[in-house]
Amino acid sequence: MARKLPRKDVVIIGLGWTGSILANELTDEGLDVVAIERGPWRDAPTEFPPNYQQDELRYRIRHELFLQPEQNTFTFRNKMDQTALPIRTWGAFMPPNGVGGGGVHWNAETWRFLPSDFVLRTHLTERYGANFLPEDMTIQDWGVTYDDLEPHYDQFEYLCGTSGTAGNLRGVIQEGGNPFEGPRSRPYPNPPQKQGFGHTLWGKAARELGYRPFPQPSGNMSQAYTNPLGLHLGPCTYCGFCEWFGCGNYSKASPQTTILPVLIRKPNFSARDNCEVTHINLDRSGKRATGVTFIDTSNVEWEQPADLVILAAFSVFNVQMLFNSGIGKPYDPVTNSGVVGRNFTHQTMSSVDGFFDKEKFNFNPFIASGAIGMCIDEFNGDNFDHGPLGFVGGGYLGQVQTSGRPIQNTLVPPGTPKWGAQWKKAVADNYLSTLVGGSIHASFYSYRDVYLDRDPTYTDRFGRPLMRMTIDFHDNELKAAQFLTDKYAEIVKSMGARQIAKKPRKGPYDIAPYQTTHLNGGAIMGPDPNTSAVNRYLQSWDVPNVFVMGASAFPQNAGYNPTDTVCALAFWSAAAIRNQYLKNPGPLVDA
Amino acid sequence: MRRQSKTSVVLIAACTIAGCCGAFVARANAAGPDEQKFSEIERGRYLAAAADCFACHTVQDSGKPYAGGRPLETPFGSITSPNITPDQETGIGSWTDDQFDTAVRKGIRPDGSHLYPAMPYTSYTKMSRKDVLAIRAYLNTVDPIRNSVTVNTLPFPFNIRTSLAVWKKLYFKQGEYKPDPHQSAEWNRGASLVEGAGHCGACHTPRTFLGGEKASRYLQGASLQGWFAPDITNDDKTGLGKWTTDDIVAYLKTGHNRFSAATGPMAEEVVHSTSNLNDDDLKAIAIYLKSVPGKNTSPEPLPATDPQMVAGEAIYRDTCSACHGLDGKGVARLFPSLAGSAVAQSNDPTTAIRVILRGARSVATSAEPTAPGMPSFAWQLNNDQIAAVTTYIRNAWGNSASKVSPSAVKKRKADLKNRPD
Repeated sequence: MARKLPRKDVVIIGLGWTGSILANELTDEGLDVVAIERGPWRDAPTEFPPNYQQDELRYRIRHELFLQPEQNTFTFRNKMDQTALPIRTWGAFMPPNGVGGGGVHWNAETWRFLPSDFVLRTHLTERYGANFLPEDMTIQDWGVTYDDLEPHYDQFEYLCGTSGTAGNLRGVIQEGGNPFEGPRSRPYPNPPQKQGFGHTLWGKAARELGYRPFPQPSGNMSQAYTNPLGLHLGPCTYCGFCEWFGCGNYSKASPQTTILPVLIRKPNFSARDNCEVTHINLDRSGKRATGVTFIDTSNVEWEQPADLVILAAFSVFNVQMLFNSGIGKPYDPVTNSGVVGRNFTHQTMSSVDGFFDKEKFNFNPFIASGAIGMCIDEFNGDNFDHGPLGFVGGGYLGQVQTSGRPIQNTLVPPGTPKWGAQWKKAVADNYLSTLVGGSIHASFYSYRDVYLDRDPTYTDRFGRPLMRMTIDFHDNELKAAQFLTDKYAEIVKSMGARQIAKKPRKGPYDIAPYQTTHLNGGAIMGPDPNTSAVNRYLQSWDVPNVFVMGASAFPQNAGYNPTDTVCALAFWSAAAIRNQYLKNPGPLVDA
Repeated sequence: MRRQSKTSVVLIAACTIAGCCGAFVARANAAGPDEQKFSEIERGRYLAAAADCFACHTVQDSGKPYAGGRPLETPFGSITSPNITPDQETGIGSWTDDQFDTAVRKGIRPDGSHLYPAMPYTSYTKMSRKDVLAIRAYLNTVDPIRNSVTVNTLPFPFNIRTSLAVWKKLYFKQGEYKPDPHQSAEWNRGASLVEGAGHCGACHTPRTFLGGEKASRYLQGASLQGWFAPDITNDDKTGLGKWTTDDIVAYLKTGHNRFSAATGPMAEEVVHSTSNLNDDDLKAIAIYLKSVPGKNTSPEPLPATDPQMVAGEAIYRDTCSACHGLDGKGVARLFPSLAGSAVAQSNDPTTAIRVILRGARSVATSAEPTAPGMPSFAWQLNNDQIAAVTTYIRNAWGNSASKVSPSAVKKRKADLKNRPD
C-alpha cells in the first residue's frame, strides 16, 4: 500500500528539457508543482566540471550520464515474426537519466522542422498523388502547423541563446542562412559559431557546387549570453566534448544552464530525484488521473496525488507509462487499430569519410563543438522533387565533425589492417587530415510494422513488461540514404579528398552502432483520436488531465535533430494549459 | 498555508505568555516607542537585515530562524550563538528593552556579566537606542522557539567572562555614531552602516593577538574561517579601487558584478543582509568605502621570465583559461575577472589558494540566480603547480603581488583538511 503525500496541483514525470519547461511555465502560473525524476540530481559545476568533464572513457565509453540497462531497457526485434531480446548495452541510441535528461548530453543542434513536415501526408499527397507513398507507410499530419509553433520555437531558441544565421526573416530570404527554413519572426539571439578548417572548406565546396550552405544552428554559445530568465551562459571553448558529455563551462544550453537555477528558487516548485514513477493513477471512470505512484531508493512506494499530470520522460518511457497506466488503446499492427505504440520511428543516419593529403590538409579536428559545422538543406524534407527518385523524405547534409577525441576518432582508410604497427601508423598519418562522419541526417517515416508494445517475456525491476521495439528500415529510407550519400560524396570529392569512404545506411536496422538518440512516436499527436494518442495540445484524448510531452508525439521523424521541435511543442502545450485548460479543465479538442 | 500556520503559532504563544507571565504585560506598558507599530517592526526587520542577526543566530537550513545554536569560530575557540527568539525561557522574551539595548550596545548581559565580542557590540554601539529597540520590536514578532543553548563553549581560560572587562578597556569604545559635519549626509549614512549595524570591520579589519580590531589597518582585510576577508578600502590593487560605486552596489545587492562574485562567508552575508538593503543605503555604503584610504603599497610585478611565472602561465592556459580567458578577464557576471582582481592580488593569498584547492560556488540571488561554480583542482595540481599558477595570476595582466611558495599551499591544505565548510 503506497503512502500518500499531500496533494499538488501538478506532478511532472521526468525533469529533463520538457519537464523543466513545463515546471517553469506552470509555477509562473502560480501552481504548486512537483517534479519526480528517476535519476540523480545533476548540477553543471559539481557533476561535470570543466576539469574532468572531458573524459572520453568515463562518459563516451562507459556511459556515465545515461540510463543503466539494469534500471530499465527495451527488447528489440526487426520483424513481427521474430522473438525480441533485451538490449543489455546501449548502442544505436542513448536513453538519458537524471535531472536535465537528454539536455545534459546533447550536441545542442537546434533545428526547426520545415513547414511541410507538419502537414506531411497532405503535402506529399497533393504534390505526388496518394499512390506515390508506399502502402504500409503510415505518415500523418501533426494537427499543429509551423505557424502555430513559430512563437514557441522562438521562445526556446531565445531561452537557449541559439547561435545561427537566419535564412528566412518574416518571409524574406537572408544571405548566409538556410533559405529553405520556415519564416522566423526574428534573428537568432546569437551570431553563428566559428567554424573549423574542415567545416569551412566543406562549405566552400558546397557553394561552388551551387548549394547554399549555412552554419548549423547551435546551442553552444558563440558569445556570452544572458537569457530571458536572467541566466548567464559563457562563450564555447570548442573543447570537442559535447555530445555524451555535460558542459561545466556554461557554454551549452541545458536545463541546468537555462532554467533550473531559476526554477529551484521558486517556493511553489519541488523536485524528488532518484524516485521512479511506476504508473499514473486513474479514478474509477478511467477518464481522470488522480496522481502518480512512485518508488524511492528504499523501495518504499508513495502516492503523489495531483490535479494535472505532465508526462515528460524520454519518448519510449512515456509510451511505457501510458501502457502501464491503462491510458489509451494499445496499437495493434494486424488490425491497424489502437494508438499507444503506433508510428514508432528513429533516424536514418548515413555518413561519408574523407581522407586527405596530410601535407596539404590539417583539420585540427579536436577544435570543435557539439553543433559546429556547415550544412545544406537542398535535400531535406520535400525541398527537392522526389518524383523521378521513387522515395520520399530526406535530410540535411553537413560537415559537422564534433570532436577529435582520441578513443573514437581513429579512423583509417579502408584496407588498413585492424591492429598492429601499420594500423598505428595509419592512425597517426590520418588523424589530422581526415574528415570523419560527414553527417547525413535523414528522416525516418512511419510504417505499420514499426511500433512499440509490451514485451510478452521480459519485465523491468518492478515487474512491468519491458517496451518491445519492432523496427526495421524500409526501402524508402534506404533509397534515400543511398541518394543522399552520393550527393554528399560529390562535395567531399570536390574538396580534394584523395580517398572517400561512403557509408550509406543499410538494413536491417541494427541496435549496435550509434545513430542518434532520436527515438520518436508511440504516443503521437494528431487531429483524430483513432490514429493519435494525444491531441494537438499534447493532451491525452482519453484522460484529459494528462499531457504527454516529448518526441513520442512525432507522427514521423523529419530530417533534423528533434530538440527544438520537442521544446517548441512543450511551450505550445504549456501555453494551452495556461490560457485554456486551467480556465476550463477538460478536453481542449472535442473527440 | 505556511503563513497561516505560523500566525496561529504566534497567537497561541502570545496568549500563553499573556496568560501566565507578567513580563509580557510589563514590557507592553513600558515607556518608549510603541513596539507593536507596523513602521517600527518593519524598520526593525530592515535593521536586523543590515546587522545580519540571522547569520550568527540561526543554524543554516534548520528552519529555526534566530533560535541560536550556531557555533561561531573565534581564534580562541568555538562559541555558540544564543537563542534570540521571544521564547520566554530559552530566548530573550523575558528581557526588558533596557536589557536588550544594554546587551547590544554595551555588551553586558542582563545578569551583569560581559558578552564575548563575537557579538559585535563594538560596532553595534554606534547604533542609536531607537534603532536597537526597533530590532527588538521586530524580533518580538518572530516565532518563539524553545531551544536551550549553552553559549560559552570556549576552553579555559577564555571561558572566564571576567577577563572581558580588561579586554573591553583596551578595545571597546562605547558610543553612538557621530556624523562628520564635513561629509555629505550620504557619506555619513554609509559610515554609520559600515561601522555600526553592518559591522564590516568584524571580518574585514585584522585583529590583534587579543582579538581586538587593529584600528590602524581598518578594513584592510583579515583572515577568518579559512578565508581571507579581502581589503575593502579604496586601495587600487588589493581593495575596491577599480570598482565604481555602481559595481559595489551591484555586488552587495546581487552577489555579482561585472568583475567578481561573492562566495564563502560573504555569500551568506549577501543573502541574509546586503541583498535586502535598499539602493540608497547600498550606494551610501559604496560612497563611504570608496573614501576609506588603502595602504597603497604596490609591489613591482614579477618578471615573466621568473620560473614560477613560466610554469604558472602554462598551467593557467591548460586549466584556467577556458573560463577566465587568456586575458584573465573572465566573463562578466559569470566567471570572475582575475585581471585587476583584489582577491588575486591580496597580500595574503589564502582565498586564492583555497578556491583553487576546494573550488567555490558563487551566491545565487533572485537578481543573479545563475550561481556559477568553480571545481576543486586539489586532485589535479600539486603544491608546486598551485603555487606557480597562483603566483602567475597575482602577476599577470598588470597584476602585482608577492610570490606564493609551495609551502604556503601545503599549509593551506593542512588547514582545510579539518574544515567541513
